[in-house]
Amino acid sequence: MTSVRASLSSRTASLVAVLIALLWTTPTFGLLLSSFRPEDQIKTTGWWTFFSAPALTLENYQEVLFGTSSSSGQLASFLINSVVITVPSVLFPLAFAAFAAYALAWLPFRGRDWIYIGIFALQVVPLQMALVPLLSFFSEGVEVFGLQVLPAWNLEGTGRFVQVWCAHTCFALPLGIFLLHNFMAELPGELMEAARVDGATHGMIFRRIVLPLVAPALATFAIFQFLWVWNDLLVGLIFAGGTAESSPMTVRLAQMAGTRGNEWQRLTAGAFVSVIIPLVVFLSMQRYFVRGLLTGSVKG
Amino acid sequence: MDFDLAAESPKLTQLLIGVVAFLAVVGLVLLLLDRAPMRQKARLHAAILLAPAVVLLAIGLVVPAVRTTLLSFMSGDGSGFVGLDNYVWMFTQLEAVTVLRNTLIWLVLMPVLVTAIGLVYAVIVDRSRFESLAKTLVFLPMAISFVGAGIIWKFVYAYRPEGADQIGLLNQIVVWFGGEPRQWLLDPPLNTLFLIVVMVWIQAGFATVVLSAAIKGIPSDIVEAARLDGAGPAQMFFRVTLPSIRPAVIVVLVTQSIGTLKLFDIVRTMTGGQFDTSVIANEMYNQAFRYGETGKGAALAVFLFVLVTPIVAYQIRTRRALR
Amino acid sequence: MAIASRLLVGAVGLALVATGCGSTPTNPRAEGGTSADCAAYSAYGKHDGKKVSVYSPIRDAEADLFQQNWKQFEKCTGMKITYEGTGEFEAQIQVRSDGGNPPDLAFFPQPGLLARFAKAGKLKPAPAEVKTLAEQGWSKDWLDYGTVDGTFYAAPLGASVKSFVWYSPSTFQEKGWQVPKTWDELMTLTETIAASGVKPWCAGIESGEATGWPATDWIEDVILRELGPEEYDRWVAHELKFNDPKVVAAVDKVGAILKNDKYVNGGYGPVKSIASTAFQEGGVPITTGKCAMHRQASFYANFWPEGTKVAQDGDVFAFYLPGKDASSKPVLGAGEFVAAFADRPEVKAFQRFLATADHANARMKLGTYVSANKGVDLANAQNPIDKLSMEMLRDPATVFRFDGSDLMPAAVGSGTFWKGMTDWINGKDTKTVLDFIDASWPTS
Repeated sequence: MTSVRASLSSRTASLVAVLIALLWTTPTFGLLLSSFRPEDQIKTTGWWTFFSAPALTLENYQEVLFGTSSSSGQLASFLINSVVITVPSVLFPLAFAAFAAYALAWLPFRGRDWIYIGIFALQVVPLQMALVPLLSFFSEGVEVFGLQVLPAWNLEGTGRFVQVWCAHTCFALPLGIFLLHNFMAELPGELMEAARVDGATHGMIFRRIVLPLVAPALATFAIFQFLWVWNDLLVGLIFAGGTAESSPMTVRLAQMAGTRGNEWQRLTAGAFVSVIIPLVVFLSMQRYFVRGLLTGSVKG
Repeated sequence: MDFDLAAESPKLTQLLIGVVAFLAVVGLVLLLLDRAPMRQKARLHAAILLAPAVVLLAIGLVVPAVRTTLLSFMSGDGSGFVGLDNYVWMFTQLEAVTVLRNTLIWLVLMPVLVTAIGLVYAVIVDRSRFESLAKTLVFLPMAISFVGAGIIWKFVYAYRPEGADQIGLLNQIVVWFGGEPRQWLLDPPLNTLFLIVVMVWIQAGFATVVLSAAIKGIPSDIVEAARLDGAGPAQMFFRVTLPSIRPAVIVVLVTQSIGTLKLFDIVRTMTGGQFDTSVIANEMYNQAFRYGETGKGAALAVFLFVLVTPIVAYQIRTRRALR
Repeated sequence: MAIASRLLVGAVGLALVATGCGSTPTNPRAEGGTSADCAAYSAYGKHDGKKVSVYSPIRDAEADLFQQNWKQFEKCTGMKITYEGTGEFEAQIQVRSDGGNPPDLAFFPQPGLLARFAKAGKLKPAPAEVKTLAEQGWSKDWLDYGTVDGTFYAAPLGASVKSFVWYSPSTFQEKGWQVPKTWDELMTLTETIAASGVKPWCAGIESGEATGWPATDWIEDVILRELGPEEYDRWVAHELKFNDPKVVAAVDKVGAILKNDKYVNGGYGPVKSIASTAFQEGGVPITTGKCAMHRQASFYANFWPEGTKVAQDGDVFAFYLPGKDASSKPVLGAGEFVAAFADRPEVKAFQRFLATADHANARMKLGTYVSANKGVDLANAQNPIDKLSMEMLRDPATVFRFDGSDLMPAAVGSGTFWKGMTDWINGKDTKTVLDFIDASWPTS
């Protein structure tokens, strides 16, 4: 009896799973197929008509990747920019958030609850409202009552990457600290206590005990931060400038829409070029994920 | 301009410098931490660890938050003090009600749908043969930028009149079943639901990954014990799985709620806030940047702060409970 | 604690500053061309190694042509022009300027926005040479759009004519339809075409966050015709209210076409489909005979499917959107204005170059482009619509008016006006929509 019900429900469950997977893949698949179709067909017929009248072209990809005009293509150069932007923009918040989370979770000092709550609340500051002040911090420095406290940074060319790293790090910290703190607070206190009795410093405890234990959580935060930075348009637009020198691929893709924005065939191909790297990263990191936010989410 | 590797080398140098700077900063923090004797008060250690984050947060978020609050009491070009005018405007303009209603619909539906779908999916595929493939498929949309997602769904919702070739999948399906093609994004309030679908589609991967990890963390002896007691799948889910991963569910709900409040990309790329689909964050962006009405934009931003207070209060309570 | 944290701040700062200094200088400039090539550019001086940044809403292929057009100038003067095109111009120019990081030059498509920046004291007045060139090249109407509170800031660059109706000459000939000369003739023709079983008009106003703007162009064109240029100016300045009965009547005149299921939306469906049809695709059904007429600007020449011939005897062409009678010919148009945030010598030199007829002529030779500069040679026009547009713009009898929504405060001109017209197409009635737009006019 039970086994009949179980197998029945497992069949329904499989059906639901397949249905969800299908719903989640079909739109993307449609776009993927569209990106290989000739421009006039994309605009006039649905991608499913491909199966009755197949016509494929690599032209869209050709144009996006290797186009020689300064506006189509050149994605290779922007791809490098995206990588240069992404790596430090993931590393810095990861380390700083881990430090802060450890302090907030395991160091007893007055006011730590309030600092934690404050950082948590900062999650809601809309990114858009922070752009202008941060930009003027870079381009005009800090002035208090007419006194120049910090000079302008005057970053140019590849130096602009520094601005982007800073901006991404600032914006990522609240969520990072929130997630990592929840995770670290869960670690068994006896471990730390024992290490402290043995004379370990906080530096040692952090490196030898905490870091290995929270590695899956770090991996999870890293991948979400990676996706966020990789797909970000707004921060790149403001802080990197719009030239091949320093701006990320998303800025380029947005420009490729054309002055009056109707070059969809390029956007479809461009969108897929930009998806490939995140996908590879996700697939190769997946095993770290398996435990993912696991312990960190045992307490809310 | 042809692709020239030599021209790219300064960028790679810059990347190297960035990574070295990273290692230097991390090394410095750890060094200071090791130098500070353990006899010292925890405050010193905490200060060393918190300093980088706090400094950056102050520059990047605290200052802007304070500035925004001040601006919300100023006129459009930031020149004069106007008191509460911007707030009065916010609640008396003709469309305020629509924008608030939409934000509310988003706030209620989005986190719940994402969590529910992520949870169901994570439970079903857990320990199945295709688990990794299945999770990848749902995770896929997360890797696509908002702009890309916007294009994908514009194609799905595209409309052509009855009788003509449909290019939108949704209308084609409707036509296959003998229905009449519709313009999905035109009719409020249903169009907001069609936008929510897009966001759910993007975010479900986040929920699946987080919740799936939590499910794997349920101690196997608990699962075994429940099974020996003859618990069916439904009982198993409500009595064992759900209570065990409650904190993870809350993490997903909280992050999604906050994300929803700040959301504007999807609305902007899909409808531009037209057809009564605008939300607060979208209005804020328009006022502050497109219209040059900084004061009004700032007031809307402050209102967003206020909306999140219940979530912060909830967080304070759970932390108190932990002590 | 205080000491430790200060130490840390210092360390972080140092590390970041160090990375900033790591940037390498840009490539040394390319060697200058021969002196003969550069004779035309000698007036602009030498600015070796200097940089001028340009920020503009023009992207992609059109942007390429500009940059191509500047190559020789860069070579001869030794300066480097970094061009950045963006789809978010209106918002981003504000952010950059507020953040203390404005470009040297910006191409403003909206005189209203330009005025906002000029009033905030962000812009430099145009150098004397630019002013002289502009006075030689453009009519007073155009100069006025670049002038704020009596100071001349920006010379015009490109232009477009909006008062066009696209149609298929061959279909018209085949069916014996005549190009109308007055509004009444236009309405009669509309009725004739509708009776023949073809939807006379097609339209599309979907344009992402700018959805609605093609409908506002319709309204502006008709207000300009119905109420005349003086009233049009008063309307743009909000001296004539948005919900004034005269405006309501004009809007209803457009509604007689756009909101009539008998007349629209050829190839796309009922009235509402206008709101969801991308403006780039709005006129395409003309090529398949499913629609007869499409009101859209001169630049629509770029949106026809590949292989469509744009000519008087080709697949598609455009006629002037007629006025009340054949004698009055007001023209609605738009364009960009070059304003400067900096006044370094190299910026001034480039600004001057952009204001010349030579620049416009060279740009026209590269591809489709319209300039209102009186000094351009019409023979350089790359397509017949460009030529026709320029003839209309330079005709002294033409009463020219700039696209009204670009002159209004942005909250209306690129906000509630667009939104209101979209709602209007989507079913709301004229009075409600105009009341809404009028109430949104900024008070300060």
